[in-house]
Amino acid sequence: MDWQGQKRAEMLMQVMLVVFGVVAFVVGYSIGSFRTMMLVYAGGVTLTALITVPNWPCYNRHPLNWLDPSEAEKHPKPQPVPSKKKGGKHHHK
Amino acid sequence: MHSFGYRANAVVTFAVTILAVMCSIASLSDNFNASSPTAEIKVLNINWFQKQPNGNDEVSLTMNISADLQSMFTWNTKQVFVFVAAEYETPQNALNQVSLWDGILPSKENAKFWIHTTNKYRFVDQGSNLRGKDFNLTLHWHVMPKTGKMFADKIVMTGYRLPDSYR
Repeated sequence: MDWQGQKRAEMLMQVMLVVFGVVAFVVGYSIGSFRTMMLVYAGGVTLTALITVPNWPCYNRHPLNWLDPSEAEKHPKPQPVPSKKKGGKHHHK
Repeated sequence: MHSFGYRANAVVTFAVTILAVMCSIASLSDNFNASSPTAEIKVLNINWFQKQPNGNDEVSLTMNISADLQSMFTWNTKQVFVFVAAEYETPQNALNQVSLWDGILPSKENAKFWIHTTNKYRFVDQGSNLRGKDFNLTLHWHVMPKTGKMFADKIVMTGYRLPDSYR
């Protein structure tokens, strides 16, 4: 997933889980069935997982622009500078 | 959200946290239950009343226990545990509580009941103080929830008395 996709997926996950939690509680409380609340919530969690966890194409719409290989060759990597001896004693004659 | 595993972990953790919040709110909602329990116990007969070889008094009684605990049931109730205790005072102990009978009410339909029974558990005193003793019969109940806090309460019924001599 690209960065934008990750942000979307995380936001979707949080919103969906909270919404399903609230809906499940309200439905369960109003009809007086604890079991219904649990079933609605379990369904909601599964649906959220299916939508936000796998790497769907919609989360890859803003791919990062890696540098093209041919372009990279035109700008060679900088070479490390040959190291001088550290703390070298300078013999001045 | 860097990988499949990361996202899967995030979903599961957040889902369980929200579940915990839902369960605490469900338990809190039990506090708003307006209840009106009723109960009545008739002692139909004192079957026998003896002093055991070890010196303790023992009574056997037949009771008719009837109660309506339907209003104690909420959407978050798993079952209601009910028991009857005989309570009395002796020179030795300020309060003696002896459990005579108990039962489990698994659903609201079972919560309005009556039962004609001898005492399920033996009514034995610590000593021999029961002759002519005035005692209370108290119906206790524990409302056991599916999730959260358990509520316990009782109804005290007074006016019972044991015979003055052994039978």
